[in-house]
Amino acid sequence: MLITCPYCGPRDVIEFTYQGDGNRERPDPASQNFEAWNAYVYDRLNPAGDHNEIWQHSGGCRAHLRVVRNTLTHEISSVAFVRGDHSSAARRKAEDKP
Amino acid sequence: MSPRRTDTGGRIDRLKTIRFTFDGVAYTGHGGDTLASALLANGVTLFGRSFKYHRPRGLLSAGVEEPNALVTVLKGEVREPNIPATMVEIHDGLSAVSQNRFPSLTWDIHAVNQLGGKILSAGFYYKTFMGPVIGPLKGTRFWMFCEHFIRRAAGLGSAGSAKDPARYERMNAFCDVLVVGSGPAGLMAAKAAADQGARVVLADLEPRFGGSGNWSGETIDGAPAAEWVRRTVAQLEARDNVRLLPRTTVWGYYDNNTLAALERVSDHKAQPAKGEPRHRYWAIRAGSVVLATGAFERPLVFPGNDRPGVMLAHAAQRYANEFGVLPGQRVVVFTNNDSAYRSALALKQAGAAIVAIIDVRPQPSAEMSALAGEAEAELLSGHAVVATEGGKALSGLKVQRFDMVAGALSGDARSVHADCLLMSGGWSPTIHLASQAGAKAEWNAARQAFLPPKPTQNWIGAGAFTGSFSTVEAIAEGRAAGLAAAGGTGTPAALPTVEATPGDQDPAPVFEIKGSGKSFVDFQHDVTAEDVRLAHREGFVSVEHLKRYTTLGMATDQGKSSNIPGLAIMAEALGKPIPEVGTTRFRPPFAPVSIGSLAAERFGDLKPERLTPMHDWHLANGATMYSAGLWYRPMIYGLSGETVEQAYVREAKATRESAGMVDVSTLGKIAVQGPDAAAFLDRVYTNMFSTLAVGKARYGLMLREDGFAFDDGTTWRLGEQDFLMTTTTANAGKVMQHLEYFLDVIWPELKVHVTSVTDEWAGAAIGGPKARQILAACVTGTAVDNATLPFMGIVHGEISGVPVMICRLSFSGEMAFEVYSGAGHGTHVWEALVEAGKPFGLVTYGLEALGTMRIEKGHVTGAEIDGRTTARDLHLDWMLSKKKPFIGSAMMDREGLVASERLELVGLIALDNRPLNGGAHIVEEVDEANPHGSIGHITACCYSPALGKHIALALVKGGKARHGTRAHVSDPLRNRFGPVEIVSNHFYDPEGTRMHG
Ligand SMILES: [Zn+2]
Repeated sequence: MLITCPYCGPRDVIEFTYQGDGNRERPDPASQNFEAWNAYVYDRLNPAGDHNEIWQHSGGCRAHLRVVRNTLTHEISSVAFVRGDHSSAARRKAEDKP
Repeated sequence: MSPRRTDTGGRIDRLKTIRFTFDGVAYTGHGGDTLASALLANGVTLFGRSFKYHRPRGLLSAGVEEPNALVTVLKGEVREPNIPATMVEIHDGLSAVSQNRFPSLTWDIHAVNQLGGKILSAGFYYKTFMGPVIGPLKGTRFWMFCEHFIRRAAGLGSAGSAKDPARYERMNAFCDVLVVGSGPAGLMAAKAAADQGARVVLADLEPRFGGSGNWSGETIDGAPAAEWVRRTVAQLEARDNVRLLPRTTVWGYYDNNTLAALERVSDHKAQPAKGEPRHRYWAIRAGSVVLATGAFERPLVFPGNDRPGVMLAHAAQRYANEFGVLPGQRVVVFTNNDSAYRSALALKQAGAAIVAIIDVRPQPSAEMSALAGEAEAELLSGHAVVATEGGKALSGLKVQRFDMVAGALSGDARSVHADCLLMSGGWSPTIHLASQAGAKAEWNAARQAFLPPKPTQNWIGAGAFTGSFSTVEAIAEGRAAGLAAAGGTGTPAALPTVEATPGDQDPAPVFEIKGSGKSFVDFQHDVTAEDVRLAHREGFVSVEHLKRYTTLGMATDQGKSSNIPGLAIMAEALGKPIPEVGTTRFRPPFAPVSIGSLAAERFGDLKPERLTPMHDWHLANGATMYSAGLWYRPMIYGLSGETVEQAYVREAKATRESAGMVDVSTLGKIAVQGPDAAAFLDRVYTNMFSTLAVGKARYGLMLREDGFAFDDGTTWRLGEQDFLMTTTTANAGKVMQHLEYFLDVIWPELKVHVTSVTDEWAGAAIGGPKARQILAACVTGTAVDNATLPFMGIVHGEISGVPVMICRLSFSGEMAFEVYSGAGHGTHVWEALVEAGKPFGLVTYGLEALGTMRIEKGHVTGAEIDGRTTARDLHLDWMLSKKKPFIGSAMMDREGLVASERLELVGLIALDNRPLNGGAHIVEEVDEANPHGSIGHITACCYSPALGKHIALALVKGGKARHGTRAHVSDPLRNRFGPVEIVSNHFYDPEGTRMHG
């Protein structure tokens, strides 16, 4: 499997660490809503098809990426920095461009 | 001794004599021989005993599909079992032995199993041993009793126990076009793609490129095919955009056109070159792939089809044309198709007599009749072989009239004298890689074979792989595939011309001749046609269940020759056409892969290792090193004659009495910097860090999101926005990732930067009653007295001219200091401390003494923070701040995590004065023979010099409530049972007066 890191380019999956389901929403830190916390920590969709995932390019720029991967075909339809354009990696990338 | 070497021909080098042994007997062969061809030339027909019945077996094939002739290759102490003799290239000194025979290959007492054939039928083991048998022979216990004997009787070669000294490598390769298989189709594809300028990799599992070109005997471009092959390979060799990989099995087809291959680099050499690996694992990323993997010839299923001397027709042709070996002198051919006629003619031309060609078809074509005439063979059309005769070699066979439409035999059986029977049941394209890539095979009724389907990945098929079994088609398809794979469009010069014997490529739909006697479908697993029918009668209708019940196709050859005949017999039993019975999906690997090649650089001399800056000093000063993950750390600094226990006891004692020093450079160190660093640490740790004064350190605990303990360590505030976090050695990487995740994904608004600085700092922890005096003697630029450097205080100074940072904190329980310097100065500072410590009796100590002192103090490490324990379990609840939320705070109070019956940290003292063992269980009842009712387990143990007792830390149900009570350790694996007292985990100086001074 290849993941195209927006900063480093296409790299083998061996360079990346799966950092979990990208659909999770962390409750407000002070929240005592146990149901919400439980859902955040344990509940997963496990779809057969496109899945929104977080991957860290741990063997590269170490940025976290939001990856949409088809769980049936491993086809990757989109990769973006989780931080959006504010990440330092993205800024560096932008500065590289003429 | 009927097989023999021909005088000329083949790829072998007759001038080169090679000496090797098989089952201890010395033989000679020639350069280019395989073990199979060399033994065959020596008249050896018996290669092994079969899996279940111990029937004598010879060579079925000449290639990777060989199910019978499996051998164990011995190299020094290392034994490599289950290698097909057809895949072993001989070299001087090669030593191979046969398998599954007792006591010897020619005289095997287990061959008596043949008499019990009815008993050992499909599902025998399940029925006999797993079922509800009454009385003493019941169920699992009886199976366990019998298993030992059965495993010895039914099986393959045994693995060795010696450590494999060979080196293995992994290589990544990138190419525009990967061509798998180097027969005429593969060669044409590689050449066409290379001519387009593409980067080409050509891989073949054989040592010699050319595939069928090496033995077909056809003429290509006016030259013998083998000569055309040599010319074409030479052209490819001369190009710098082509990489040739002989002896390389492409065994896996994965996503994104990534393929896995195994190159056998030095198995064929008496001695590998210096640094040369035994095997190389290739991960190949190919723009496109040309699959030119050819086809496997199928055996016919008839009684006695496994007798030594019965082999595939093309295999005999290969032995004759490629190796110059005649497998027999009086040859009979048994076929359902035209291709075997060519094999017959080839053997005739090589010097054998073709006694008869037996064709199941009533009316072979005029061309085939002519070929039979040319071979001077009697043509028996509409006939079939119904029995074979002979013991360890074929002596004859019986033939009967056969009606292939009705499948019926008639008339009297006629005996034919022969020493070799060639069979051909048609051909199955080698579609394994295409199947792995995700496509479902399609049945072709004319070819009686599964053909590759439409590609699901970027591959193109060519030649016999696509069901085009003629060389003319292979050459045309090969070039077209190579061109297309390279993205070329040109129509280049004329194709090479081929002169070949014509023939129909479609076989008759005959797979089995039903007669009395065992007819083998899967030779390696000893599955007969009757076993398949029995499975059907017992209700196994799915092909997947059939496989598992009969073990058809589940041996090391993965059914390369047995899948289609097995399926055909099943289809007949079910009364369904073959495609409706279905085929199984092929999975990697195509052929067995050495585990060493998969592990590659993770073992042996290519494995990375992490050394602390003081590593060489430790070695020079008597340290015994211990590997902890990738790190190497001193275990003890033993004096001569000391045991490990004596050494660590001496080191720990000296530390508590005067002073000791340990290398702590391996601790994870992370610089946490930025305006929001303090706020970030408040969220990460369970306790407060924003309140920590600059120049002070604090012990911190982290939880995971699910509320369990994650890691602990001290964090030092070096400046308002500048913290140095330390983590446990093992968790350094995980903690770094944890911090990065929260900063990147959860709290991108926090202005914090984290940097791993583990390797930037050398660390020495010096502790003991004299530690402060030693520092005072060598530190300049700062005082180290209690006022300047209080508990958890940090100062900056110099030691021997090198800037150092010193924090007063203690893991040993003594007054102790961690001295950090730049990594490059680590040894210099360490040596200065050793020098300054001499008058004070300073010792250096290793991990064992470190562990001993931490157990005495009851501090936790990874053994207790094991992912299942909470802060409360470890009595660290005092660190859980109630003033703020932190990672894990919402989940840590869940019902299950605050239950009273949880395992809690306690101390144990052995009451019988014997050592305790890590992992031992704690039980309440004195029942050594039948220990039960575990209430916990030991996480760490040592002999405590401070207490003079064997002690341990343990996680025990109820924990604190059991302090002062007695229980027993139970460790049946090590025969240890004995009484212990449960106490507080703080064994030594619980008030901490020693470290506070
Ligand atoms: Zn990257």
